[in-house]
Amino acid sequence: MAKAKTNTSSGAKTKDVLACHGVTAKIALELMQEMLLYRRFEEKAEENYAIGKIGGFCHLHIGQEAGAAGVIKVLQPEDYAISAYRSHTQAIAKGISPKAVMAELYGRVGGMSGGKGGSMHVFGRDARFFGGHGIVGGQVPLATGIGWKIKYRGENLVCVCFMGDATVNQGGFHECLNMAAVWELPVIYVVENNEYGMGTAFDRVSKTEISTRSVPFNIPASSVNGQNVLSTFEHFRNLTEEVRAGGGPRLVELRTYRFRGHSMSDPVSGTYRSTEEVERHKEESDPIAILRDQLFAEGVLDQDTLEEMDATAKTIAAEATDFADESPMPEPAALYENVWAETNAHGRLFFDGRRT
Amino acid sequence: MATMTYREALNEALREEMDRDPDVFLMGEEVAEYDGAYKVSKGLLDVFGDQRVVDAPISELGFAGLGVGAAMAGLRPVIEFMTFNFAYLALDQIINNASKLCYMSGGQFKVPITFRGPNGPALQLGAQHSQSCETYFLHAPGCKVVTPATPADAKGLLKASIRDDDPVAFMEGELLYNFKGEVPEEDDFVIPLGVADLKRVGSDVSIITHGKMVHVALQASDKLESEGIEAEVLDLRSVRPLDVDAILETVQKTNRVVYLEDSWPYAGTGAQVVSIIQEEAFDHLDAPVLRVTQADVPMPYAKNLEALAKPSVERVVESCKKVLYR
Repeated sequence: MAKAKTNTSSGAKTKDVLACHGVTAKIALELMQEMLLYRRFEEKAEENYAIGKIGGFCHLHIGQEAGAAGVIKVLQPEDYAISAYRSHTQAIAKGISPKAVMAELYGRVGGMSGGKGGSMHVFGRDARFFGGHGIVGGQVPLATGIGWKIKYRGENLVCVCFMGDATVNQGGFHECLNMAAVWELPVIYVVENNEYGMGTAFDRVSKTEISTRSVPFNIPASSVNGQNVLSTFEHFRNLTEEVRAGGGPRLVELRTYRFRGHSMSDPVSGTYRSTEEVERHKEESDPIAILRDQLFAEGVLDQDTLEEMDATAKTIAAEATDFADESPMPEPAALYENVWAETNAHGRLFFDGRRT
Repeated sequence: MATMTYREALNEALREEMDRDPDVFLMGEEVAEYDGAYKVSKGLLDVFGDQRVVDAPISELGFAGLGVGAAMAGLRPVIEFMTFNFAYLALDQIINNASKLCYMSGGQFKVPITFRGPNGPALQLGAQHSQSCETYFLHAPGCKVVTPATPADAKGLLKASIRDDDPVAFMEGELLYNFKGEVPEEDDFVIPLGVADLKRVGSDVSIITHGKMVHVALQASDKLESEGIEAEVLDLRSVRPLDVDAILETVQKTNRVVYLEDSWPYAGTGAQVVSIIQEEAFDHLDAPVLRVTQADVPMPYAKNLEALAKPSVERVVESCKKVLYR
């Protein structure tokens, strides 16, 4: 991250920044610890991918940690969160152990899905983290259905649905915003706008801003600096309570930036964005550096404590890696397990001749 | 036994399951105030209210996926497609989500959802409204497929489908809604999935089929009978799970098989059944298995061409004779 500065780069007033956002020092320090963990966890994943321990696609959240920390921090344990394929940190934020996430990335038994989901499909039913979805926008109808269930049962809960900026061009997004509006469902649709859908800049595929996309459905929209975790936290704390109180759905644009390539197999910069652009963002809008500067200025954090916190984060990430390293591969029998929740007493369900 | 239409039997099944389980709700286009495009949900809005009988916007992908999410979260949705032709708009949610969530999550999530609606050609509805859609739902593991042919099967199988913990595509015959039949009056009449039903007993040739084509098979059997040929008609009732034992049993009995379906031949249900027969009952066959299917073309509108495209009683009779070398 960028070197500490005397002035915060968040644009907010340095002094009284905590009071200004209505965040206690305790919460702010927790947010710092969480973001450090997400950063170090993703760096470990990057390292493990590079040496072949993780296969397939692996999409990192480095640079976007404030979205996971600041949004999910405001939720109750019973509230729901669901996301797309850049979701390791959100899964951890919602309460899944880093060990179980890393083991899932490895495709091991200790993973949340026993190794059958992978990086893009981390699920935690008990933590109410409903995935982990690999088709752009595929999770948006699911979130709407979760909202439907909350309303159906008369529960005092909300569902947060994360998606990338490219999702707002999928048809299902519009179908679901319409239904959520008509039925006043308690869903917060969060668009993490990191400016690029893979390698396509958002402004090349849209003539309008993201926050205008809910206007046709009469859903209130807002936009927040997703690199400033205090702003994000404050924004979602208020918003969540409005939705919980029956205010109906909301659309939020989290303005953020991805410091790595689209996935581990993609370049960080190149044809679609310049190295200078990426470096500038890393210098100016690293969410961890922004919070650090704010907390230094507030006098609630010093360099030594920060380093201790960082060491803790690194330890947890290393322990997650150790756990994944030691977790066994799934037994061959697992191949045929969980295809069906209910294997009927009659008739054949499998047709490959190996399992009848 | 009570006599009722296929439509009334489906309505009773929905009514009983909604009555039994407060987590069951019905959502789809025109299901509430309009009583359903085919009147299957007639009167349910009055009984269960607009939270449980829900008119959806014309957003098949959206409301199918809403159902999947609600099922993940613990409800037991019944999603009506006005016809299964329109379910193609929702295939991403059905194949990529409903059918894979249990597996991808290592068994954490079950998706107890029933997608139901009319399936298959009716009369001169043209290419986009005349499709038998089973293959799309059968192909990917994770979705069960049920195709009732009679009012009793419609009722008993719909109740079983709603109670099943997996996604079920419940495909009704578009031309069967007015078809009348006997339905047992027992308190909780449920037919388990995966059990085929011998709709006619015979000894010379087996016509294996499912859904609306059961009736074509029965008519063909009558004709064959007048020519001294006793055909057996095996109605699979559900095509996944598939009652392979019943298939092998009838093959072993008659040694001659015709598969009948109103879907296309390439990778159709019949192709799978024929494959199983040749793998597991080859020595019992006295003739190659023949298939009678829809012509391998999009459904034409012109009356004469449509009739040519559809499986007919005559073609079934002809194929039965062929496997009997007559």
